[in-house]
Amino acid sequence: MSALTVTGLCKSFGGLHVTTNVNLNVEPGERRLIIGPNGAGKTTLFNLITGELSPDSGSIQLFGQDITKTPSRRRPHLGMARTYQIITLFPRDTIIHNVSLALLGLSPARWNPAINIKRQGHLIEHGLAALERVGLAHIAERPLAQTSYGERRRVEIAMALAQNPRLLLLDEPFAGLSIDERRDVQQLLLAIPRDVTMVMIEHNMDVALEFAERITLLHFGEVIVEGNRAEVVDNPRTREVYLGH
Amino acid sequence: MSFWLVLTVNSVTFGGLLFLLSAGFSLIFGLMRIPNLTHGSLFMLGAYVGATFVVGLLGFQLNFWLAAVIATLTVAAAGALAERLLLRQLPGDQLAQVLVTLGLSFMAADFCLMVWGGDPLSVETPGGLGGFARFGVAVFPIYRLAIIAIAVVVALGLWLLLDRTRLGAMIRAGVDDPDMARVVGIRVSQLFTIVFALGAGLAAFAGIIGGPILSVYPGLDQDMLPLALVVVILGGSGSLLGSFVGSIIVGFIYNFGQALLPELAYFVLFMPMLLVLLLRPQGLFGRHVP
Amino acid sequence: MSARNLAIALAFLALVTLPFWMPGIYYINVGSQILFYAIFALGLNVLVGYAGLVSLGHAGLFGVAAYATGYMLQLGYGHTEAILVALVIGVASMALYAVLSLRSTGIGFIMITLALGEILWGLAYRWISLTGGDNGINVPTRPAPFGYSLTVPTTFYYVTLIIFVASVVLSAVFVNSPFGASLMGTRDQPRRMNALGYHVWMIRFYACLFSGLLTALSGILFVYYTQFISPQTLSLTSSAEVLLMVISGGPGTLLGPIVGAGLVVVVKNVVSGFIERWNFLLGAIFVAIVILMPEGLVPGTARLWRLAFRKRAKPVKTETPS
Repeated sequence: MSALTVTGLCKSFGGLHVTTNVNLNVEPGERRLIIGPNGAGKTTLFNLITGELSPDSGSIQLFGQDITKTPSRRRPHLGMARTYQIITLFPRDTIIHNVSLALLGLSPARWNPAINIKRQGHLIEHGLAALERVGLAHIAERPLAQTSYGERRRVEIAMALAQNPRLLLLDEPFAGLSIDERRDVQQLLLAIPRDVTMVMIEHNMDVALEFAERITLLHFGEVIVEGNRAEVVDNPRTREVYLGH
Repeated sequence: MSFWLVLTVNSVTFGGLLFLLSAGFSLIFGLMRIPNLTHGSLFMLGAYVGATFVVGLLGFQLNFWLAAVIATLTVAAAGALAERLLLRQLPGDQLAQVLVTLGLSFMAADFCLMVWGGDPLSVETPGGLGGFARFGVAVFPIYRLAIIAIAVVVALGLWLLLDRTRLGAMIRAGVDDPDMARVVGIRVSQLFTIVFALGAGLAAFAGIIGGPILSVYPGLDQDMLPLALVVVILGGSGSLLGSFVGSIIVGFIYNFGQALLPELAYFVLFMPMLLVLLLRPQGLFGRHVP
Repeated sequence: MSARNLAIALAFLALVTLPFWMPGIYYINVGSQILFYAIFALGLNVLVGYAGLVSLGHAGLFGVAAYATGYMLQLGYGHTEAILVALVIGVASMALYAVLSLRSTGIGFIMITLALGEILWGLAYRWISLTGGDNGINVPTRPAPFGYSLTVPTTFYYVTLIIFVASVVLSAVFVNSPFGASLMGTRDQPRRMNALGYHVWMIRFYACLFSGLLTALSGILFVYYTQFISPQTLSLTSSAEVLLMVISGGPGTLLGPIVGAGLVVVVKNVVSGFIERWNFLLGAIFVAIVILMPEGLVPGTARLWRLAFRKRAKPVKTETPS
């Protein structure tokens, strides 16, 4: 059984085809990289997989379960988590509160109007554990407004990890980071155990190639090349659309 | 027979007035993305300023049409001033802008009460338009027919302005996409002031020429604002055609509702608007969802 | 005891002893008014402050609860039945509002709630056989729970105070709960909340119901206080008044709407002693606060206080690279 199977996925906006007949098969534990030039439809593909957009046709399966029609808000409950290319956090709150919201999203306690959120020990405990993994536990109480951009990138990842996903979708996790910060995030991603399947979009090939076993190259919404690192890099079409420009 | 005919003429007349009121409301909404809650006040202010000269409250009387021009220009200037001095302080913050227009509407209402008092002012029909026109068996008040004609002329004028002039092209571009308009070098902020003044002037003009039918009284603003809102939601923001069709529809619903279901007149008035909001949020002719 | 708790305790003490140090019935009545308007403002604040949804139709809900009370009493039912029915109708009306208006947020939400408020106002004004039209409905008696008649101003004050304190406590618990955190999350990042597994619509819907409950409670207290309800209570002006309470005090804070209610009621009562033109001042305050102190008096004052007294200021990074 595959972790993620995408079959014949199509999406167009007013006649513009942004995703054309995309097929994708990611095995459990795999590290998959999706590359492609700007406008290749990488983020749209993520939005289709997470359900923030609904496809015109095609189907999506998560660990053998058809989720094509599942509302996007249900998908995290099925073990899917994502990060955003454009950082999307809760700027008025502390780092730990951001992570708590991620934890709460999967807990029935999110409906509870009668208990004090600050007294929920397990929430704080698990939140700190997630922050520990990204190296931010020591500044957990810091308001998000007082954090650096690199720290926010890591909060994004901590929120996704806190949800304990089976499938983790990372949308350009290195975007906007300095070289040092990139190395840190890379270490952090490499440390994630194999029971988490990971699909990563990355624009920057140098960092990303290290990460992946298999690579999918998207161009104008279509899968052009797919294979292992060497196969994709050596493929003339890759050079044509991506490396050669 | 004559009851229905009279009701129909009244509906179209009222629709014409509503068009004058709501065309500006719609353009402001389309361009600035805010419902201008002072629009009813501008209508009332225009009616009061015009009535002042028609009735002769200052000791001298002016010709109706001259008074209408004065009212239109005065209120247009007031509108431009409000946009420049207040709304301009809150660029991009639509919520705050709406609240400012709400605050201004209260100030305007109280201002009118202070200056003109609580008694309604009746405005005489302008000279030469007082009588009735006879078509076969049907008899129509000439002034109501004149209002319909004026509304049609203004609609044509606005259409020409929007369709054939550089200013109109800029307004249309702004309605379609303010960011894009800015990129191609249109000074959107200046456009806001112009459109706000234009809308205010039109509303004031509607107020004074509506005077002989509706009279002028405190609370006129609160009566008219919801109607403009309904028209624009029905027709769609930023669409002239939408305002026109919406105005006629609302004119009919309002008059027939008042006559046939007086107890539920408001309910009948707002139901179509709710339906449109739920089923076609961009309005019948609009392009944007508010 | 922290300074904050001390202040709360002192304020509470002041409220409890108010009838003893206030110079007359008139002022005790003003106190009652502030308290039930504060409940109303707390109710609206749930939406404006914590859900980020600005309603311009809340006076309609307030009025529906008041009319329901009056109408039930007119039909000959007792106070208990009238109050219960009014609460149910108030919350049910809010549910209907929510279903219709939660399809949009921002300006769209404002416009739909405004329209709904106008519909209720129009019904109250025109549906004369039910509402008495402009003549309104008189409520000749006040209830007497446990033998204490609310006709006595001091008793009315204390009953209102009890309901007020209960509302504040309820709101405080709500705000600090996981559900409160969820609601504020949907205010700040609805899309992210959805992606984290939250049902954004349902969260907002439940928040609306809570807002409706507080609004209905205050509407019932209002109708017993004035012993009269007319369409004027449902007008856009009334909706704007309560919105002003929330915005002037500080939306998204507990203290803000209470301070705002006090401010508006006091200014209205004091000013109406001198001039008739309350609305002009209302509008002017509105415009001034929106432009000059958009966060409201309570957070604004707190910010100034911190600026003035903080000894060691940390540099705060606020820029967000994209």
